[in-house]
Amino acid sequence: MNWRNLRWPLAALGLLLLFNLVFTPGFFHFELKEGRLYGSLIDILNRAAPVMLLSLGMTLVIATGGVDLSVGAIMAMAGAVGALLINAGCPVALAITAALAGATMAGLWNGALVGPLQVPPIVATLILMVSGRGIAQLLTNGQIITFENRAFEYIGRGHLAGVPFPIFLVAGCFLILHRSLTRTAAGLFIEACGDNELASRYAGVHTRLVKFIVYGASGLCAGLAGLIVATDIKGADANNAGLYLELDAILAVVLGGTALAGGRAHLGGSLLGAALIQTLTTTILTRVSPHFTLVVKSAVIIGVCLLQAPKFRQLVLRWRHAS
Amino acid sequence: MRHRNLPLLVTAAICGLLYLAGGVGYGWFSKPVVLVNLFTDNAFLGVAAIGLTFVILAGGIDLSVGAVVGCVSISSALLIEQHEWPPSAVVALMLGSGLVFGTIMGCLIHFFELQPFLVTLAGMFFCRGLGLVLSQESVSITHPLVEDAAAWSLPAEAEVSIKIVSILFLGALAVGMAFLFWSRFGRNIYALGGSETSALLMGLRVAQTKIGVYGLSGFCSALAGVVYTIYTSSGNATAATGLELDAIAAVVVGGTLLSGGVGHLAGTLMGVLIFGIIQTLITFQGTLSSWWTRILIGLLLLGFILLQRFLQRRRT
Repeated sequence: MNWRNLRWPLAALGLLLLFNLVFTPGFFHFELKEGRLYGSLIDILNRAAPVMLLSLGMTLVIATGGVDLSVGAIMAMAGAVGALLINAGCPVALAITAALAGATMAGLWNGALVGPLQVPPIVATLILMVSGRGIAQLLTNGQIITFENRAFEYIGRGHLAGVPFPIFLVAGCFLILHRSLTRTAAGLFIEACGDNELASRYAGVHTRLVKFIVYGASGLCAGLAGLIVATDIKGADANNAGLYLELDAILAVVLGGTALAGGRAHLGGSLLGAALIQTLTTTILTRVSPHFTLVVKSAVIIGVCLLQAPKFRQLVLRWRHAS
Repeated sequence: MRHRNLPLLVTAAICGLLYLAGGVGYGWFSKPVVLVNLFTDNAFLGVAAIGLTFVILAGGIDLSVGAVVGCVSISSALLIEQHEWPPSAVVALMLGSGLVFGTIMGCLIHFFELQPFLVTLAGMFFCRGLGLVLSQESVSITHPLVEDAAAWSLPAEAEVSIKIVSILFLGALAVGMAFLFWSRFGRNIYALGGSETSALLMGLRVAQTKIGVYGLSGFCSALAGVVYTIYTSSGNATAATGLELDAIAAVVVGGTLLSGGVGHLAGTLMGVLIFGIIQTLITFQGTLSSWWTRILIGLLLLGFILLQRFLQRRRT
């Protein structure tokens, strides 16, 4: 892993944690209650899990030079499918498989548009972003579908060795993706695709197939995130599940040092970015109106983008030389 | 040149067919009041779509339009109701702030070469957050002037009458068309959307045009917010959530190429009307749930994007 790219997000996260160390009493406090670990930090990780999963898939997509705007809608669809099947009396394994398969299909649909049909990614994924939430609402009839099933709820509410289960899901996904990026040629193909598509095609990389698969992976991650969100509140809310989360995921990826232009994938950085966003949200939430986080987030996006922009760096350098 | 106008013709055909189908299926549908209501109910969408057409023609994208509408709606309601500002001053302030807001986003996009969708995404967060910080409750406006404006219609007391919001929409459309066809700025937009490098080499004012379209879009979004506030006589920070998607859909369905450089405001008008007709048809039909609107719009969007793809491929 390249730690140099993680300097800025690490510094920001450190600053935030330092701020909380000083101003939030009990922030670093851990407590073992009934065999479960409690504490602000565990809570932050648990709450960040959906965005972390989204950002893993999004990292791959952005590394190919694309973007996936439909992940929030895919989350809503996966949650709706899972909840409906559980309520219809399906076995848990089947419900989970069906929800994840549906999400992967939705992702592959995006991939088919972007890869073989060569529609610009923003536009291609916009279609599912618009109609996906409509499909989810159609499935649930606009209602919040509630369910009671201990085994199914374990995805979002369960604890393994005292630690919330979603954290293990994130860790598992990260390990699988990280391994396949570093130990197989997949990482090379994905980064080559985003770096210079024409050159990699001439070099024999099947760029359209790579894109097709990458969007499918993003859909799968979104489906898992959707299941976590739905089982956490024991209900599939087609209206609000995953709303605006695509933006958080993109922000996490950019914070983590993956350039939007494509060509590089920093999975670890994206996880760090997602953790940073959630820490920021939690820090603000305990103080001012929750909606203020949106304003702060917008400032953070612009700030990070400016730091990454070559033009801005030139300007700062020139200004330093002049003074 | 001919196949460039094909999307526009297809749009016009779909628009006409949908309207005829509505008239054949439901007798009520062909009444003039339905047509007039299409303009009233979709006025704020239309105004926002006009601004967005300029941005997309120039090869950019603006995702902040819906949030600006919400922010303008709640802040004007608060200023009029709680701070007792005169409505005219509020409207002037809102339109001015919209222009400035869009211009700032345009400057960030042009001078620092940031991605338009990211900058306007941040703008969307900012406006939505600001609106919600101001007030999470919806605030109804009881100022007589605003109530009069909402109730005013031409001709008064008739069954079929044109509301002030539709006049604002059509006025904005007329001004926008004139601007696009007869001003240097309008022609620069087409040149910029066609190819930025060529526009630069031709000595056109790329910076001015690029920043200008975002400023214009901010202004149009603020105007859409004013229209929305008059239309509902209230302010609501969560108003027009997802409007940016509807507006993008309307622009694309209207035959404007998302890669920029090709399109007409007349197409955008038809895109907005198609959106409205689908919504009205679903209401008339009764048994289909309103979620179908989104799905149908998504399908139309898909159809048009594939059509655009096909046309572009034939050209190269």
